[in-house]
Amino acid sequence: MTIEVRHLNVWYGRSQALYDVNLTIESQGATAIIGPSGCGKSTFVRCLNRMHEEVVGGRVEGEVLIDGVNIYARSIQPIYVRRHIGMVFQRPNPLPTRSVFENVAIGLRLNGLARGGALKEIVERSLKQAALWGEVKDRLNEPASALSGGQQQRLCIARALAIEPKILLMDEPASALDPISTFEIEELIRELRKSYTVVIVTHNMQQAGRVAEKTVFFLQGRLIEEGETGRFFSHPEKKETEDYITGRFS
Amino acid sequence: MKAVLEEQQPVVNPFQAPRTAHNIRRRASNIVIIVLSFLATAFAVIVLLFLLLYVLRAGLPYINLDLFTKIPAPNGEPGGGLGPAIQGSLILVGLASLFGVPLGLFTGIYLSEFGRGAIAMGVRFLVDVLTGVPTIIFGLFAWIFIVVPQQTFSGLAGGVALGIIMIPIVARTTEEVLRLVPKELREASLALGATESRTILTVVIPAASSGIITGIVLAMARVAGETAPLLMTAFGNPFFNSDITQPMDALPLRIFNFAESPYQAQINQAYAGSLVLIVLILLTSFAIRWATGGFRRQGR
Repeated sequence: MTIEVRHLNVWYGRSQALYDVNLTIESQGATAIIGPSGCGKSTFVRCLNRMHEEVVGGRVEGEVLIDGVNIYARSIQPIYVRRHIGMVFQRPNPLPTRSVFENVAIGLRLNGLARGGALKEIVERSLKQAALWGEVKDRLNEPASALSGGQQQRLCIARALAIEPKILLMDEPASALDPISTFEIEELIRELRKSYTVVIVTHNMQQAGRVAEKTVFFLQGRLIEEGETGRFFSHPEKKETEDYITGRFS
Repeated sequence: MKAVLEEQQPVVNPFQAPRTAHNIRRRASNIVIIVLSFLATAFAVIVLLFLLLYVLRAGLPYINLDLFTKIPAPNGEPGGGLGPAIQGSLILVGLASLFGVPLGLFTGIYLSEFGRGAIAMGVRFLVDVLTGVPTIIFGLFAWIFIVVPQQTFSGLAGGVALGIIMIPIVARTTEEVLRLVPKELREASLALGATESRTILTVVIPAASSGIITGIVLAMARVAGETAPLLMTAFGNPFFNSDITQPMDALPLRIFNFAESPYQAQINQAYAGSLVLIVLILLTSFAIRWATGGFRRQGR
C-alpha cells in the first residue's frame, strides 16, 4: 500500500516535533528512516498508525493518505487503522506472563478474527514467517519471557504479522539486540519487504544500507533528504546528509 | 590546605583512608544510620512479636470446638462460644468486599487510565481524604442512611460501612500498581488494534494482578478488624444470624464487649477471639493468594 504524507506537523504538548513533512512511500519494499536521536524519526512512524495520539499531549496536523484514504479523517477510528498497520517496537514487548502461542494469537483474539483450528494455523504460519517456528514449536506453552531477546523480538514480529497487516512499521527493531539477533531480524526484513510495505526506523546507517531500498533522512524535526539507498549513501545531495553519514555531524 | 597536604604525605598505600575530619565524619554518619535502622527494625519486630505471643499465650488455652460452634454463654456462666461473631465477621467482610472491591477497582482504573485534568485531581484528593477519615464516620453514614430508615441495626448497614472503608484503599493501590505497568505493554496491545478497554482488561490488569490482589487483601484485613463503624450498624447479636437485615455479631465487636467484662471467662474468650481473628485474616490472605496464583499458572 502506498503511504502519502502531506504537510505533517506534530506536537508534544507545546513543543513541535515535526515540521511540514511531505513524503511518499511506494507500495512494497522497505524504507529506512535515519537521523540522530531526537530528530523525530520515531515520532514520524508513530504518526503512520496513529499511535502518536496515545501520548499525553500528542497532536497531529496534516494528512496521511494510505492508498488515497486519509487516516486522520474525522470518520476514521484509530483502532481500525492500527488493525491494518502493524508495529514492532524498539524494546521487545511480548506479554511476559502469557505463552508463546498466546502472544501470537492475541491480536487475532482481540479483533475476533479467528478461533480454534484456524487460529492454530495462523499462529504457526506467522511464526514461520517470522523465522521463529523451528525454535519455538516445542515451547509454545512456555511463557514468552523464557525466550531470548532476539526471539522475543521475532515473536513480536509474528504477533504483528498474524493479523495480516498491509504495512509494517518498525521502530529501531534491532537496537536492543546482539549482533547475531540483529542479523536474523535484518534477514527477516529482507524477506518481509517482498510482500509488505515496511518502514523501519534505525540509527544504524549500515543497517539502512542492508535492508532498505529507500532511505529518508530527518534532522531536527524536518525531512532533509530522501532517495534510493545506494545513491543516498554514495552521492548525498544535501550538505546536512553528507555531514551526518560521514560522521562529521555533532 | 597546607595542613591537608602534610597529613597525606606519610600515607604510602593510596587505598588507605586519610584520617581527615571529613572522612571520620563520613564514616561515623554511615555507621549511625546503619545502627539506627537496625534498632528501629528490631524495636518494631519485638513489639509485634510480643503482641502476637501475648495473644497466643492468653488466647490459645481457650481455643476449643465450642468457641466456634456455640453461642455466648449468659453472663458469668462458663462455656459457650463465639460462633455468631465468627459467622457474622465472615458475612460482613464478604458483604463489604462484594460492594467495596468493584467500586474501588473501577475507581482505581479510572484514576490510572482515564482520569486527567481537574476532575481526576479532585477524585484523587477525595480518595486520599477518605483513606484518612476516622472509620466511625463511615459507621455514622450507614447509620443515617440505612439503620435509621429501616429502623433496625443490620448486617447490611455494617457491610456497607465496611465496604466504603475498602473503596479508597482498593482504589489507591489499584491506581498505583496499574501505573507501574510498562507503557510498552499497552502499546503492544493498542498497536494490534485493540480498544482501550480491551487493552486494560486483557493486558494491563493481568500484568498488575498480584499488586491489585495485595491491595484487596489489605483492605479486607483492615475492615475485618474494624470495631467502631459496627457499633452503630451491625450492633452485635448473641445468636446465630445469617439474615443481613437483622443485627449481626462480629469478632471485633464481641472482643470489645468481652474484654471489658467483669467475668474472667469472658475476658479469656476475648483473647481467644483475638487469636481467631488474626488467624482468620492470615488464612484468608493466604487462600486468596494461593487461589489467584494457582489460577494464573493454569490459565495462561
